[in-house]
Parts: sequence; C-alpha cells; structure tokens
Amino acid sequence: MSTRLSTAGRLIDTAKPIKFSFNGKTLQGYAGDTLASALLANDQLLVGRSFKYHRPRGVVAAGAEEPNGLVNLGSNGTFEPNQRITTTELFDGLSATSQNHWPSLEFDVGSINTHLARFLPAGFYYKMFIHPRPLWKHVYEPFIRQSAGLGKAPKDRDADTYEHFNCTVDVLVIGGGIAGLAAAAEAGRTGARVLLIEQTAAWGGRAVVDQPTIDGQTAADWVTTTLAGLAAMENVDIRTRTMGAGVYDHGYVLAYERLRDHAPKASGPRHRLWRIRARQIVTATGAIERPLSFAGNDLPGVLLASAVRDYAVNFGVGIGDRTVIATNNDDAYRTALALHDAGLQVPVILDARAKGGGELADQARAKGIRVENGKAIASVKGGKRVTGVSVCLQAGQGAVLEEISCDCVAMSGGWSPVVHLWSHCGGKLTWDEAQAMFRPNNDRPPTGADGEAMVIAAGTANGHLYTAEAIADGWSAGRAAAHAAGFTAKPEAIPDGSDVPELPLTPVWMMPQGAGYDLRSKSWLDFQNDVKVSDVQLAAQEGFESVEHAKRYTTLGMATDQGKLSNINGLATLSGALNIPIPSVGTTTFRPPYTPISMGAIAGVARDDLFQPIRKTPISGWHESNRADFEPVGQWRRPYAFVHKGESVHDAVKREVTNTRTNVGLLDASTLGKILVKGPDAGRFLDMLYTNMMSNLAVGKCRYGLMCSENGFLMDDGVVARIDDDTWLCHTTTGGADRIHAWMEDWLQCEWWDWKVYTANLTEQFAQIAVVGPKARQVLEKMGGMDVSKEALPFMQWADGTIGGFDARVFRISFSGELSYEIAVPASQGRAFWDALLSAGAEFGMMPYGTECLHVLRAEKGFIMIGDETDGTVIPQDLNLGWAISKKKDDYLGKRAQERSHMADPNRWKLVGLETLDGSVIPDGAYAVAEGMNPNGQRNTQGRVTSTYFSPTLGKGIAMGLVLHGPDRMGEVIEMTKGDGTYIKARIVDQVFYDKAGEKQDV
Amino acid sequence: MLILECPYCGVHADETELAPGGEAHLKRFGPGSDIDDFEGYLFMRENPKGLHFERWRHAYGCGKWFLAARCTATLEVFGTYPAQSAEPPQSIKDAITAKRPGWSWRDFA
Ligand SMILES: [Zn+2]
Repeated sequence: MSTRLSTAGRLIDTAKPIKFSFNGKTLQGYAGDTLASALLANDQLLVGRSFKYHRPRGVVAAGAEEPNGLVNLGSNGTFEPNQRITTTELFDGLSATSQNHWPSLEFDVGSINTHLARFLPAGFYYKMFIHPRPLWKHVYEPFIRQSAGLGKAPKDRDADTYEHFNCTVDVLVIGGGIAGLAAAAEAGRTGARVLLIEQTAAWGGRAVVDQPTIDGQTAADWVTTTLAGLAAMENVDIRTRTMGAGVYDHGYVLAYERLRDHAPKASGPRHRLWRIRARQIVTATGAIERPLSFAGNDLPGVLLASAVRDYAVNFGVGIGDRTVIATNNDDAYRTALALHDAGLQVPVILDARAKGGGELADQARAKGIRVENGKAIASVKGGKRVTGVSVCLQAGQGAVLEEISCDCVAMSGGWSPVVHLWSHCGGKLTWDEAQAMFRPNNDRPPTGADGEAMVIAAGTANGHLYTAEAIADGWSAGRAAAHAAGFTAKPEAIPDGSDVPELPLTPVWMMPQGAGYDLRSKSWLDFQNDVKVSDVQLAAQEGFESVEHAKRYTTLGMATDQGKLSNINGLATLSGALNIPIPSVGTTTFRPPYTPISMGAIAGVARDDLFQPIRKTPISGWHESNRADFEPVGQWRRPYAFVHKGESVHDAVKREVTNTRTNVGLLDASTLGKILVKGPDAGRFLDMLYTNMMSNLAVGKCRYGLMCSENGFLMDDGVVARIDDDTWLCHTTTGGADRIHAWMEDWLQCEWWDWKVYTANLTEQFAQIAVVGPKARQVLEKMGGMDVSKEALPFMQWADGTIGGFDARVFRISFSGELSYEIAVPASQGRAFWDALLSAGAEFGMMPYGTECLHVLRAEKGFIMIGDETDGTVIPQDLNLGWAISKKKDDYLGKRAQERSHMADPNRWKLVGLETLDGSVIPDGAYAVAEGMNPNGQRNTQGRVTSTYFSPTLGKGIAMGLVLHGPDRMGEVIEMTKGDGTYIKARIVDQVFYDKAGEKQDV
Repeated sequence: MLILECPYCGVHADETELAPGGEAHLKRFGPGSDIDDFEGYLFMRENPKGLHFERWRHAYGCGKWFLAARCTATLEVFGTYPAQSAEPPQSIKDAITAKRPGWSWRDFA
C-alpha cells in the first residue's frame, strides 16, 4: 500500500501535522507536503477519472507535468476546478474533491465507456456525429455536453484579489535547479540586474533529490551556499513559487507568482502576474521523464520512476511495498536504489536494453536487486490499482514469461528537456539521436529587436543530463547572458559536478516492440484525454500524417497538461506508423502559458470599476441622482431614459417624446465629438474628408456632412460649423469622436503632410446641451442674453454670446425635427448651465430626455443613425443621401470606390420607411422575405429593418429599412420575419413620418 | 510584444502604446484611376515572412504616425522613420542590406 515511510522526507516537517479533506474525508499530512504526497501517504492512489472513458486514474508524476491529479479546490468564492495536486502545497483546512465522475470516484457510471473503447477510437466524434442530424440534436449533443469538460466552472465571484507587476531586468533566469542557480550566480557577479525565478517552493531541482557531489559538497549544501551568495548580491532578486509562463517578442516574459495558494489566510493578492522585460533570458527549465507505452500503463500505481523517487526522498512516502521498475535507461536504477535504502522491495528491474545498464545497474545488483535485461512489461494487472505485472521479452510480441506481484510500477522512457519557453518565441529544436530527445538548436535561438539571440537554454533543458555538464552549462549561460546584456567580470572557477557514468538509453516507443493490437489498444499515451498507441496509429492509417492534424484528430496533448508527458511518445508512435524519422514528423507548437495560470492573474486589478474606466460628462452626476436608466455608448454611459416613480422605462420614453414634441426637452449631448480643424488648408482638407463641400460653407453657418471610408462605405456623420475664415468645428457621432480624430491625423500625417492643417479633439472641453421643443426659445429668452430669435439666429446657423450669464456657443441644429438649440458651454460650467436651464424651463414643462427618446424623435423624422442604418456595407446612396454627395468635387475619400459597378448597381437595397398594417412594432433585425427559397432551404430576402420603434407621436410602430427597389415601391405591402417563423405585413412608405415639410424645426 | 522607437519623441515604446496601421508606402489611387491600381491600393498587401515595412502610430504617446522596417519572422527591427517619407531613408536601407544582403520589398531594394 501507499504509505508514509519511517525515513524522513527532505521537504516535510513531521513536527507540524496538517488536517485537510478529500471528498469529505478528513486526512492528515505534514507541513511541506503537496496535496499529492499527502494523499499518497494516506493510500489514496485513485485521484480522478479520465476524460473519455472515465478510467480510474492515479498520480503519475510529482510536478507540473502531472496529467491525472486534478481536483476541485475550495468552495464558494475560492472554488477553483482543475487544480494540480502535485503542485498544490498542503495547508491547514485544505478541502479538495475529485472530478469527472458520477456518482462517486470509486463507482462511476461513465466508466462504462471503457467497455465501449473499441467503439470510441480516434476521430470517433468526427466520424459518428456528422449524421444523421436528428440524432445529433437529441442524442449526441446532450451526451457530449454532459461528459464535456473536466471539473465544473465556479459559480460565485472570485473572492481573492490579483495584481500585475512590471519590471525590467538585464538577465532573467527561469528555473531554480543547479543550472539556473549557477547561471544567476555567474550573471549576478558581473553586476547585471538579475531575476531568478523558480516555479516550486524549493530550490535545487532534481539534484537535491539525487544528491550528486558539486564542488566537493552535497548538492543540497551547494544549493544552500549558492543561495546565500545570491542573497548577498544587491543586483539579484530571487523568487520561488514563480513560474515562467511565456516568452514573447523582444524579451517580454510573463511570470506567474502564487503568493498565497499555500497560505490562504495571509493577506494580499493571491497571484501576481509579472510582466518582465529582459535583455537576456536563460531557460534552465529542466527535463521531464517520459512514460513507457505498455498495456495497462494508466492504472493507479504506475508512476514515473523519478516521481516514485521524489515521493520517497522528498516526502517520505512509499507508493508501494513492492515496486517493479521498467526502464530503457540508467537513471531509473536510482529509484530502485532509493527504494531499497528506504526499506522497500524492488522485486525486479526490467531493463528493455538487451545489454542492460552500467554502474548504477551494478550497484543495484550489489544490493541484491534482481535485474533482467532485454525484458519488458507485457501488461499490468489490476483494476483500481496495480496488483502485478506480466513479464515478456522487449524484442518479442508479448508472450508472458512470468508474472510478478507488485503494488507499484515505476517506469522510465528517458528524459525530454523542457523546451517550451525556448520555443514560444521562435527558438528551433534539434533531434538528439543518442539521447532520443528534442533539445534546443543553439544555432537558431529566439531573436530580439537587434536580430541577436535573446534566449539561452541551460542545463538539462539544453539536453545536458549529467550534473557536471548541466552545472557548467548553466554557469556559461549566465556568463553569456550577462555579456550579451553588456556586463562582464573576471571568470571564476566553473562549479565542478561529479557523476556516475551511465550507458546510453535505447529508445523504446512501444513495449514490447512487437505488441499486437490487443496490447497497443491498452497502452496509453495521453492519460488525461485517453489517447492510446492504437489511436495514433489509426490516425496515421487514415491519412492524418501531419503531427498537427494527428493531434487534433486524436486529441493527443490537448488536455490541460498540454501533452507534457505524451507528446514525444505520441509523435514517435506517429513516426513509426508513417515509417519516417522522428525529426521529419516534428513537434506540435509550444504555446504559452507553460502550465495554466489563473484568470484572476490575467485580469489583475482590471475588474469592477477598474475594468474599463467610464467616461462621464460634466452632467453625469445629475443623471445619476435623477433616476437615469443608463446604457453604454462607447466608453460613455448615457441616460437611456429618466424613469419617474411608478413608470416603466417604456412609459418614460413615451412621456419624454411627447413632452419634447409639445413642450420642451433637455438632452445632455456632451458626448458628441467636437473636432476643431484649423489652418490655411483646412477647407481643402475637409472637402476631401466629407462627401459634400465644406470649403464653401459661410462663416456662421452649419452644414450636415457625411464621411466615407476609402472603400466607399458611410462611416460617420455630423454637423460642421464654419467658425472663421480658416477654422471649422466638426461634430461627430459619440462613438466616432476618437476614431474620426485619428482618421484625420492619419491623412494629414501620412498622405497630405504638406497641407497646413491643425486638428484638436475638443470633445471633453465643452458640455453641450440640446434644448428641444416648441417652447425652447421661450426658455432661453427667459434666461436672457443673446438674441435667439429666428431673425438673429436662423436654422442651421450658430452664434457666440451669453445665455443666462453663461458664455455659450449656440447652434440652431435639430436632430428631432423640433425647434432646437444645441448650446456648448465650457465643461466646467456644464452642470451649472444644466441646472439653470432646468429651473428656467420648469414653468414651460421642461423635462430632460435620454438616448431612446432621441432615437425615436430622429426616427419619426426619418434621420439616419450611424450604426443603425449603417453597418459598414452601406453607402450614402443606399440611404438616399445623394444630395449630400458633391458632384463638383474631383475627389473625396471614398469617391473612387463609389465609382465601382457594384456601388452603382440599381439592385442595391435602398432606404424606405415601413409601417405595419396592424400598427404593431416590427422586431429588431427583421428581414423582408421574397418569393422562393435559397439553397439552404431558407426564404429568400429582399430587405431588412434598420431602425424600428413605437412612435408615441403617431401612436403606432414605425420603422426604416433597406429594401430592394424600395423607393420605387411606395405603398406596396411586404412581409417581414417576426423571428418565430411567422410574418408581419408592412407597407413601404416615405421614411419621414413626422413634419415632412420640415416646418417645425425652422421657426 | 514589440518595442519600437518613436522617431518623433524618441521613446522606446512598448506595443501597448502603439496602434498598428498596416502596410507602409501605399500609393493612393483616387477617382478615375485604373480598377487594378485601385484594387492594389485598397486590398493587395504583401504579408511577407521576413522583411516588412509597416505603419505604426504612437497612439498613447505623442500621437505621431511613423514607419518601421522589421522582420516578421525573427522580429528584428532595422529602424523606424517618419511617416512623411516617400521611401525608406538610405540609413534604413543600409541597415537592412547589412543584415539581409540582396533584399527587396515591392519596388524597394
Ligand atoms: Zn512618439
């Protein structure tokens, strides 16, 4: 059984017991445990179920590469699914539950899938679920939805806080094993600013488990000495629990620090996302051991040999009393020796190499451990945990020679350098035939802005598995990185590591070599996603020869572990099936992050009020305290309506419309863009920007204008006022202000850079208030000041003056069809002016109105709205706005595009008004249907609604829409979709529903 | 995330300060132009794996548009220069030649 040993673990403190719970059961561990080691110490081998077949799964690894040990942690606001138990440090009160099973971990209904495995091969989803359609809807989709996804999404708000941290360093060293420590120490000695980060809580990587000698000391002592040296250097920072998540362009690196996952009661942010700019990056990210592919390699109790050793040495946990070791290399013998030293039995070491191992094998034999060369595991016995193995020849087809009982299998298929961070930003790999691994191709590193290398791989991550080589490689990487960043120091002695010589491994991609289908279909490559050797072979056979295609077809490496254990074995299997060399198969793309990082860390403090700052007008405060129902408009929030007590929002809109048409309304129009365009060439410039003429606009007058993209499509509109001889003020839509200002600057800086024009976006410098309605003039006259009579200030003119003592610029423009003054005052005076208007207007029944009333008013008048009548595919001509397109001008932006034949096509849908026969409101987005069906069996269309409202003024639904030959079909009745399969009849009418002659606005 | 030096204000601007503007050195074709010329101006873009000339705006800085010569494959930056340039300045061309002898891009070489 899996239990705590009497021998001490390096990392645990048995004086500090810790209580935690798993699936409701209270268990005990020690300070320093991971959740995985504590569960294993309690004989909890079974930790989850696989994704597809719901097979029982146990811990395989001891680190970030773990594919199976994923649990739900915490509850309510701290609930988080898919937490890796091998990287979860134990704390008092930790509460975990297992995932992907029903009703319980021990008895899971979904495991029936494992008996259907023959019917669920690679590509099953693609093949089976395409036909027939009804089955998809009623059978497949519910089944897939129910079984989709590991874990459950949290329901509650995340109760924790997160933050980002920006920093700049000369040398960033990722990985705190001996190579990373040596690199940081040597770089630090040059005076370079160095940051060393390590993903776990402890330094030293694998060396402190296996304890080779370095500089005459144990590896642990060397690590302690080196850390003390680093701590003494002011230019060096070191961080544990901080993972290098991704390497990006020009030395940009994201690191993920877990500040309180191990101490949830501490204060401060839970995670910190480091945004690092490094001149040079050293990736000393170590290596990951590969599983072997034999039948039953997914049973709980089958672990990586290094993990079995880690649990014994670091945590004092024995996975089994009797451990069979299967290997193709010398390193796994260290596990046998460690277990033997801990008093556990190793009944046999099965070494797949015909000639077996070297000195370490001799040491094992010397301790009386049975070693069998050229032997392999034919299959593992057991259900929810290992009970034994059957032994065969590696060179054969799996004929069983012997059965050996055991409760643990330690496997080693060799080591793969962690090349993820090297590869993220373009570092290339090379296949090392002798060590059967992809390692960094140091001739083709990721490059920075200067075209020179910006990443140096070091240690085992660079393919140097021996201690002496790894530490020397780290030392020289640190030195080279500092040098490239502009720092040098006199060299000191290279740290001197010692090693037991090893014999080379023999690649073993299938065990035994001639395994038949029966064995191959039980040999797992991807434990989490249930991909077997036979699946990859089937993919190859069915033509998925590219590794990227095979990956997607089989889902190999697509689980939350991103194939850290499975990828190399998978592509070696693919290589074998295709009969092409492994380097020709290549690897799939390594994408950040290295292991999943929390959504909270990505968001940082950008949540709630800080998620996106809200732009506020000078009058927003009044809106907030006067029952405004807000709607977002760009980054602004504008009042949709001001809802009186006892009213619905719809009632409020009706009241606001009626009051504005009969008395007087007040609109906060401050968000409208106001761009000043000034200079000797300003008129010429605006003639290029607008489809109509602006250069001939008289001083003091206003003109409505349209802007098109170079592709001819209408992109913004607004009223332009000529301020003086060389100054124009351009009003834009609320959402368009910044975009149009940038658009102007683009043309002025990049195309017509010799034109003398200056632009300034004055949007926020002024508060602008529209006083709208038949009694608007009476309100202003009561306030006193400038002459606002029709004679002094006619329609479509503007004037500067004072109103009620406020400095004001008054525009006689109307977006409602009523008598209307748009009055701009300095932003600082906006609120006071608003208040003054309200008190002056009280006796005239003045009421503020919101954006929906504005929309209804303009729709009743048939005015278009950018974003309603336009969608990026509409030209002014579609909207019958040909009158606003100058025929005199040789050129304007969009003119050439509008000359194209399709733009002049008489079959383009054109704007008309629509009025339902029964007075109801046409639904938003409704289409006008035409005779017949299209090839997809849908009704043909001949138009669509662009704006649709209930008009309180007319007491019925009104709409505008684009209709085929619409303006030529006045009076004709067409059918509009209602969205529920039925249709509504509407008559094509003039788009102006109210005051067609335009008399009311011109009084 | 790229870093480009703004040739106006001299800031080594992080990509988050910049707004991309697509391909540089486009020649505008207006009313009356040949349909193929117009199509080329409006739609045809280089999309190279290698040397490229791009428009960038120091949007959250000085607001100026500038041009950049860089390698899309290695991320090497050969230089940035003002948008008011009909073609890359000789110093930029020399910097590219030093690293990519025999280079050409559209009509430039
Ligand atoms: Zn700048």
